[in-house]
Amino acid sequence: MNLIIAKFNYVLYIVLMMMGLWAMIAKSNLIKKVVGLGIFQTAIILFYISISVKKGANIPIIHHHVDPNHAADAAHMVIDAAKYANPLPHVLMLTAIVVGVATLGLALTIIQHIYQEHHTIEEDEILEQLNQ
Amino acid sequence: MNIAAQLPVIVLVLPLLSAFAVTLVSLFNKKLAWPLTVLTMTATFLATTGTLCSVIHNGAIRYRVANWAPPFGIELVIDHLSALVAVVISIVALLVAIFAKETIQKDIPNRVGQFYTLFILCTVGLLGETLTGDAFNLYVLIEITSLTSYALLAFGGSRAYFSTFNYLILGTIGACLYLLGVGYLYIKTGSLNMIDIATLIPALSGSSAIFTAFILILVGLWIKMAFFPFHGWLPNAYTHATSTVSAFAAPLMTKVTVYMSIRLMYFVFGPDYAFSQFTGPVNIVWLAVIAILVGSYYALVQTDIKRMLTYIIIAEVGYMVGGMWLGNAIGLTGTIYHIAADAIMTACLFLALGSIAYKLGSTKISDMAGIFKKMPVTFCAFLVGAAGMIGIPPTAGFFSKWFLISGGIQAGQWAFVVALLVSSLVNAILFFRIIEVGFFGADDEDEHDAVVVQRNEAPLSMLLPTVTAAALVILLGLSTSKVTSLLIENIVGSLF
Repeated sequence: MNLIIAKFNYVLYIVLMMMGLWAMIAKSNLIKKVVGLGIFQTAIILFYISISVKKGANIPIIHHHVDPNHAADAAHMVIDAAKYANPLPHVLMLTAIVVGVATLGLALTIIQHIYQEHHTIEEDEILEQLNQ
Repeated sequence: MNIAAQLPVIVLVLPLLSAFAVTLVSLFNKKLAWPLTVLTMTATFLATTGTLCSVIHNGAIRYRVANWAPPFGIELVIDHLSALVAVVISIVALLVAIFAKETIQKDIPNRVGQFYTLFILCTVGLLGETLTGDAFNLYVLIEITSLTSYALLAFGGSRAYFSTFNYLILGTIGACLYLLGVGYLYIKTGSLNMIDIATLIPALSGSSAIFTAFILILVGLWIKMAFFPFHGWLPNAYTHATSTVSAFAAPLMTKVTVYMSIRLMYFVFGPDYAFSQFTGPVNIVWLAVIAILVGSYYALVQTDIKRMLTYIIIAEVGYMVGGMWLGNAIGLTGTIYHIAADAIMTACLFLALGSIAYKLGSTKISDMAGIFKKMPVTFCAFLVGAAGMIGIPPTAGFFSKWFLISGGIQAGQWAFVVALLVSSLVNAILFFRIIEVGFFGADDEDEHDAVVVQRNEAPLSMLLPTVTAAALVILLGLSTSKVTSLLIENIVGSLF
């Protein structure tokens, strides 16, 4: 129980991922499969965001007002990494979100074409038509 | 600024920019899209060849993109392995670009501009995958390649849409697993630079997070390369695509993914780590054996040549994964050599088949009757590719099988050796069946009327790349010792 509370985000991401995977495999409706795909990708985003969290940390904007004439002020430049949340995973996930949007758009376009071709978006009905 | 020092980034930026140029130009004049694409691919080919020469003379290059120092900036790492694969990609892309003219005009006349743009972007993605030295950057490039290839494969129309959709779902799962694996690596090492991670891994070898990362990355790439239990998407997706797209995707997608798994397994995790995780009787080589046998079996029952070739690709992926996991120098040499050899042989077969399909409108074995008299040059090129797949010397296919079998014997993996021989035998049966129909299976009417069959070759823009690919299959075979001594020994020697 303590493990679940301590690692709640990580448990949640696994649950979300499995939900997405299940939708992709078990659902017959192609749109539902794409929704599953979206959940799957979002679960990974949750994972990445979770790893960047630090307890009691601030947003990673470094505020320094250094007077260049005073060499002693250079000490202010020293950054304590533990005080700031890790910004890198967030940046990576911006890219992953863009990829997710592109995948979603492409998948929906292909579904549109499938509908024009087969007049249905149910997988079993399409397979029936293809096997004829 | 020295232009030669900037070559690694030119390889990527030049085609990337010209992809946009092709879109712009094709808005005004569709006829200009093809020449511009061929020009771009020629320039890319020259750039990759230049990079290869510089690597051979001066050793590996580490290029800092925008001059940000690693591990914070992204770097391009061009060693002997990535330079070799980049040259293979640019050769195949150039051949297919030339080949595309007539088939694209015939199959998708009103979307010519879109096709060439996606084609160039896909090539950029593939080249990026080989050159990048950053694990997350690799994910982005995998997705660029995948997204463009989904769009390209969907150009096939009717049945292609549904098979591409299945590929899209599976391909995205594969890429997401890879991304997740990179996340676990990042938790433990705090770095995304491959060389940097490689120096940190030995100290962490007992960590279960690293093991999770290893498995996730491995399985993710297996899905993308259609390795045995995950091969389901490939045959339909490649069969239903237009012949130009199959001739582009079939030789490159799986092979570049194999390259990526070599890069990650040997250069990020390191051979010591990889082999210490899978010891005992059950290992990956056995999966490869099943992949080879399953691929060969399904190839045997097909009546359509294109579909048959797609199952041969699945068997070939088994060759390469098996060779990679044998754990000795000859096996890895075989795998690396086979990446080049198989890419060119598959390109040769698919280009020849594309020309035949262009003239005949069919790829069924039963429709190949008397094809030798109708299209002698194309069919001879097809035979050279087939000889490579069977493994007849002096084609490149013979030498890669030789390396792989020697590696199998050295590692004591007899099942792998037997699977390779069985697969060669099956390939021989498959292609001799086509040869029999092609040479002797003349139509009945022709025999009675004794009419001389008209030669009906494909246009020169299709014939030229097909014959070039066939010549390359033999040329690569003849220069095997050069390729291994100049390039592959450098890589393999540093690992074993």
